[in-house]
Amino acid sequence: MALVLTEEQSMLRDSARGLISDKAPVSHLRSLRDSKDPTGFSKELWHSFAEMGFAGLLVPEEFGGSGLGFMEAGVVMEEIGRTLMPSPFLATSVVAASALNRGGNAAQKSEYLPKISNGSLLATLAIDEGAKHRPLQTNLQAVRAGNGFKLSGAKALVVDGHVADLFIVAARTAGSAGERDGLTLFLVNPRAKGVSIERTIMVDAHNAARIELSNVEVNADSVLGEVDQGAALLDGVLDIGRGAVAAEMVGLSEEVFNRTVEYLKNRKQFGKLIGEFQALQHRAAELYVDIEITRAATMKALQALDADIAKAASAVAVAKARAGTTATRAVQEGVQMHGGIGMTDQFDIGFFMKRARVCEELFGDANYHTEQLARARGY
Amino acid sequence: MTDSKTSETENADLEQFRTETRAWLEANCPPEMRKPATSDTDVFWGGRNAKFSSEPQRIWFERMRDKGWTVPDWPKEYGGGGLSAAEHKVLRSEMAKLGARPPLSSFGIWMLGPALLKYGNEAQKKEHLPKIAAGLIRWCQGYSEPNAGSDLASLQTRAERDGDDFVITGSKIWTSYANYADWIFCLVRTDSAAKKHDGISFILFDMTSKGVTTKPILLISGYSPFCETFFDGVRVPKSHVVGTVNRGWDVAKYLLQHERAMISGMGERGVGRPLGQIAADSVGADALGRLDDSTLRGRIATFDVDEAALAACAERAVDLAKAGQAHPAFSSAMKYYGTELNKRRYEILMSAGGVDALEWESERSRQGARPRAWLRTKANSIEGGTSEVMLGIVAKRILDLPGA
Ligand SMILES: Cc1cc2nc3c(=O)[nH]c(=O)nc-3n(C[C@H](O)[C@H](O)[C@H](O)COP(=O)(O)OP(=O)(O)OC[C@H]3O[C@@H](n4cnc5c(N)ncnc54)[C@H](O)[C@@H]3O)c2cc1C
Repeated sequence: MALVLTEEQSMLRDSARGLISDKAPVSHLRSLRDSKDPTGFSKELWHSFAEMGFAGLLVPEEFGGSGLGFMEAGVVMEEIGRTLMPSPFLATSVVAASALNRGGNAAQKSEYLPKISNGSLLATLAIDEGAKHRPLQTNLQAVRAGNGFKLSGAKALVVDGHVADLFIVAARTAGSAGERDGLTLFLVNPRAKGVSIERTIMVDAHNAARIELSNVEVNADSVLGEVDQGAALLDGVLDIGRGAVAAEMVGLSEEVFNRTVEYLKNRKQFGKLIGEFQALQHRAAELYVDIEITRAATMKALQALDADIAKAASAVAVAKARAGTTATRAVQEGVQMHGGIGMTDQFDIGFFMKRARVCEELFGDANYHTEQLARARGY
Repeated sequence: MTDSKTSETENADLEQFRTETRAWLEANCPPEMRKPATSDTDVFWGGRNAKFSSEPQRIWFERMRDKGWTVPDWPKEYGGGGLSAAEHKVLRSEMAKLGARPPLSSFGIWMLGPALLKYGNEAQKKEHLPKIAAGLIRWCQGYSEPNAGSDLASLQTRAERDGDDFVITGSKIWTSYANYADWIFCLVRTDSAAKKHDGISFILFDMTSKGVTTKPILLISGYSPFCETFFDGVRVPKSHVVGTVNRGWDVAKYLLQHERAMISGMGERGVGRPLGQIAADSVGADALGRLDDSTLRGRIATFDVDEAALAACAERAVDLAKAGQAHPAFSSAMKYYGTELNKRRYEILMSAGGVDALEWESERSRQGARPRAWLRTKANSIEGGTSEVMLGIVAKRILDLPGA
């Protein structure tokens, strides 16, 4: 597989870019933030997205989706990163759709996947409990009760948690925090008795929530995959999410970078364009190289996911680690090279800095993934 | 439909090529040639005075040469293997899987060959390319001068017309292996009145020509693989100019792209034992089985991330070129990152090796192979254009930032 976009993928990129840059430039996020919009994204835009086939991009055709791959999902994520469009695409169309598609039984698939495809159902994965991403530390308890389970515990950073119609909750049916065995994924209705949801207004003005479950009753049909054996399913789904977030960070980094290079070509100080100063030229060039390398690593990871999810872990770890480091550098240099104006809320660049910070924490930061690679390589 | 049919047959052909190649390499690559060279003297460079360091090295070279696989992607008529880009990629990946080392290393293959294929006339191609492919002539590069390093175009070595000849006078410096080379590809000034870049020609001549002398320079690694080179009225037929007289800068730049791509790939990426394991030998493990030096472990892991990402980017650079989407200055980006990364690799190796990595003259250390290699890597970000110059090229040519 060549590490360049195919003609079809380029067309997909162009149509996603057309829609997103037209309907959801950064000002779109700004106005949602300023008006404290209760939904946090535009439903109208989400329906256009669904009509164009993006909502069900990863859903197989038999369930009304487009049946495309992770490379294609990455193409869309990258465009989302360019304008920071808030949308349910990541949580619903990438992560939850993959979880259902990979772990769901026939009944679960035919109930949920068509609704994801047509944009009528929002779903999300609820996994982390502490401040940092540690899937194996899951401690939310699921105890058997009659024909089903009772769930109790809390989750943080549930993306789209306050608007979702379906939670996919990682819980512990056996073992204790830190162990691989004993994890189970459950489908939970957010409106079920015992669920409380707190929308958390985050630094990046994107949607997230804390949720708390207290003796929430679910029946046996709501188990996704197998009881106690959820870790492998979770690994794959998380890797898909990581690859997608890496692609978003590539888009975000490149957009900040392009804006910064434009600024270097226009801003004058000391009677010169600031882009003539070698100190800035070299930093810009280094950043360019960093972004190109990260882009290649991310494409490699998405291709690896398309080829075999179970074997993609190292490529994904490389991509997510690189993307986090590169995006952090890109937004820092972006603000610095813009000088004072870069620090103002009125100017867009800060929005990228804030989103990069959130993307870095989502599904594991650069340190986490570097550590995963070290372990995989046995040192 | 027809399209996907064609690509299906192409894929089938490629798979068959892969199977055959694997079988051939398995049968023909001697076991001794399935690991990286241990030192520069263990590399086969070809040339009139070439010597093989071992019998397996000779066998491996001759078998590969006979298939045209010293230069797999050159046309068959010039001694190459005539492989398509896709087949070449397959061959490289099969060789990598086996750990097979290149049968012949040469500036002719990496640098001059591509330039001749693009700018040489038919007679020059017929004369020089097959000899490069067969390892008969070893080339050196006469670019740098004492006062023209990074500012290469300010070079002063003169070539004056005298009938059908040029007469060359001046000196070069940092000419790698000039004392072992048979021929030189050389930049000379053929018009001193013209603007800096417009009066330069690219010319080839035999190092045994009257008036050529070389003087080796000792390096910090203890080796002296490069020289000062002096030209005192050297006569060269004007037919030895590649491309147009006074337009040699185009050839020079094109060659530099190849040189940079080659240098960025140095440092045996993905070959040999992983750094984490090498470090484990000397540092040992903690109770959890991890390297017993958490900072070193973190440095290695970060290095591994960056190395894997760079390898993906190198692969992508090839794919972009194939798709006609590559920026011509992209090799500068790769050269910058690849060489800085290779220096990092050797800093880690030295740190991982502790005092064992400090031995300079002993059997045990294979005559200081590691410290010498460490010192050698410091040149990676200087030779072929410094890191600063690479960043300048990226800034100006790719990012289009205003010139000073
Ligand atoms: C091991 C080795 C092998 C070599 N082999 C060959 C060979 O075979 N043939 C050959 O012709 N040459 C060869 N070279 C020479 C090499 O190409 C030059 O050393 C290189 O181009 C730098 O030139 P210089 O040494 O004159 O350094 P200088 O140009 O004097 O540079 C000194 C410092 O100034 C910096 N600098 C210079 N200009 C700028 C600028 N515009 N902006 C910012 N910083 C700048 C440089 O980056 C460097 O840090 C070799 C060099 C080495 C180390």
